[in-house]
Amino acid sequence: MDVPPTDVTRSDVLRSEYCVIACAEAWRDAGEILASPMGLIPSVGARLARLTFAPDLLLTDGEAMIVRPDGTPEGWLPYRQHLALVSGGRRHVMMGASQIDRYGNQNISCIGDWARPKRQLLGVRGAPINTLNNPTSYWIPRHSRRVFVEKVDMVCGVGYDRVAEHPGTALFHRVPRVVSDLGVFDFATPDRSMRLASLHPGVTVEQVREATGFELTVPDEVPPTREPTPEELRLIREVIDPADTRRREVAV
Amino acid sequence: MTDKTMTADEVVSRLASGMTLGIGGWGSRRKPLSLVRALLRSDITDLTLVSYGGPDVGMLAAAGRVRKLVAPFVTLDSVPLEPHYRAARERGAFELTEVDEGMFMWGLRAAANRLPFLPVRAGIGSDVMRVNPGLRTVSSPYDDGETFVAMPALRLDAALVHVNRADRLGNGQYLGPDPYFDDLFCEAADAAYVSCERIVDTAELTKEAPVQSLLVKRLSVTGVVEAPGGAHFTSCAPDYGRDEDFQRLYAATPWAEFSERFLAGDEAAYRSAVRNWQEEQG
Repeated sequence: MDVPPTDVTRSDVLRSEYCVIACAEAWRDAGEILASPMGLIPSVGARLARLTFAPDLLLTDGEAMIVRPDGTPEGWLPYRQHLALVSGGRRHVMMGASQIDRYGNQNISCIGDWARPKRQLLGVRGAPINTLNNPTSYWIPRHSRRVFVEKVDMVCGVGYDRVAEHPGTALFHRVPRVVSDLGVFDFATPDRSMRLASLHPGVTVEQVREATGFELTVPDEVPPTREPTPEELRLIREVIDPADTRRREVAV
Repeated sequence: MTDKTMTADEVVSRLASGMTLGIGGWGSRRKPLSLVRALLRSDITDLTLVSYGGPDVGMLAAAGRVRKLVAPFVTLDSVPLEPHYRAARERGAFELTEVDEGMFMWGLRAAANRLPFLPVRAGIGSDVMRVNPGLRTVSSPYDDGETFVAMPALRLDAALVHVNRADRLGNGQYLGPDPYFDDLFCEAADAAYVSCERIVDTAELTKEAPVQSLLVKRLSVTGVVEAPGGAHFTSCAPDYGRDEDFQRLYAATPWAEFSERFLAGDEAAYRSAVRNWQEEQG
């Protein structure tokens, strides 16, 4: 891209890039913790945060190394240490979700009756331990009623209604945000149900309601997801993801 | 000093139907697949598998050898969903104990430490509790009073792991970035069988790698098998990466067809069938 930064206008920014910004914002003010992004856009977001407003973040190479954004190893984190680090809490993970409900219960295990699933998926993986121990956000590249459901078939990541039943255990539970290709969602409501926090530019409230299988809290004024700065756009497009892998998750 | 070298078939001759088998590695990484292939050549069945699951689980489940699986996931990593595992699970072919990744690790640690359980802050509030009604909780005896899952020990009749190097006595060495949980699998088992890319003299082990790479101690090992390419088609860094082309073939081929073409003979026949397939691909 040879576009001088000052020429970047709102219309140049792709939805996938708003999604990167929305994911990156999950790690704002996180301090010196491990960012564990799962998925392409969260990975670009975490690296963007690390290169800009969250310079103390630790990143992994997706295997056993802690690396600087340029790939230089700065630490060792095999799975056994990673799982221990989860309990220690110095981590903010952004997981995917095959289903998520209004209280942030997440499912990646199976669709249908667990005893004889219609579709077997990954399994619970680390969602139960993640959600009880460190902040867990979610990234959903295709917002639809199949994903945003009234009730998930198998609770893997624990949501706010479930933890309310276990106050003595859920001391460290927090679901800071859910980012989809349509907007950003949080649980800043009296009953900790999901709220529309911001809309990606070009998306309407109606579109979100239409694609959500439960009643969403929508404030009177819904702000737009913030604009990337020209420097952030340059970093996304030229430094972090020049191959445009983000388009594989969000094509607009 | 006991020479513990044996063949994969000798390992299998020491296993029996109905056993609980732990399988090392993680997903589609450093899986002891030559030992699994040997197991598939036997009549052993009715197994309880304990695994951070990959194609080991997919193949044994597809072949109908699994009575019960204990796992937090089954995946091929670059192919997120293991198709043969999915098919077996969706036809209700075996019983599943689905636990969290951390619970699984603490279960192995409990077994390795001869503890009945270890407390874990995981599971509570999730449906892991619903689908495992036998799981109990335990409260801290101290002032905090926090409630935990009491993750029961995952004790194993036998463990199968694959590492980069080993000596004839059973000292096993990993040279890749992650040890996974192979030492714990061995320590949690009554008998552990270690396959390796190459058997070397003990003194060789620390010539080119630090002593910290000696992951598995011989006191927890019963048998050592030299199995070059023994993790194929999963990764075995730095000796080789995952064979992505072949893994795609595995994922896309009906089990009966895959099994007939690649698993009908011994390990040498497997390697030659893979070579033939690769030559066909040009």
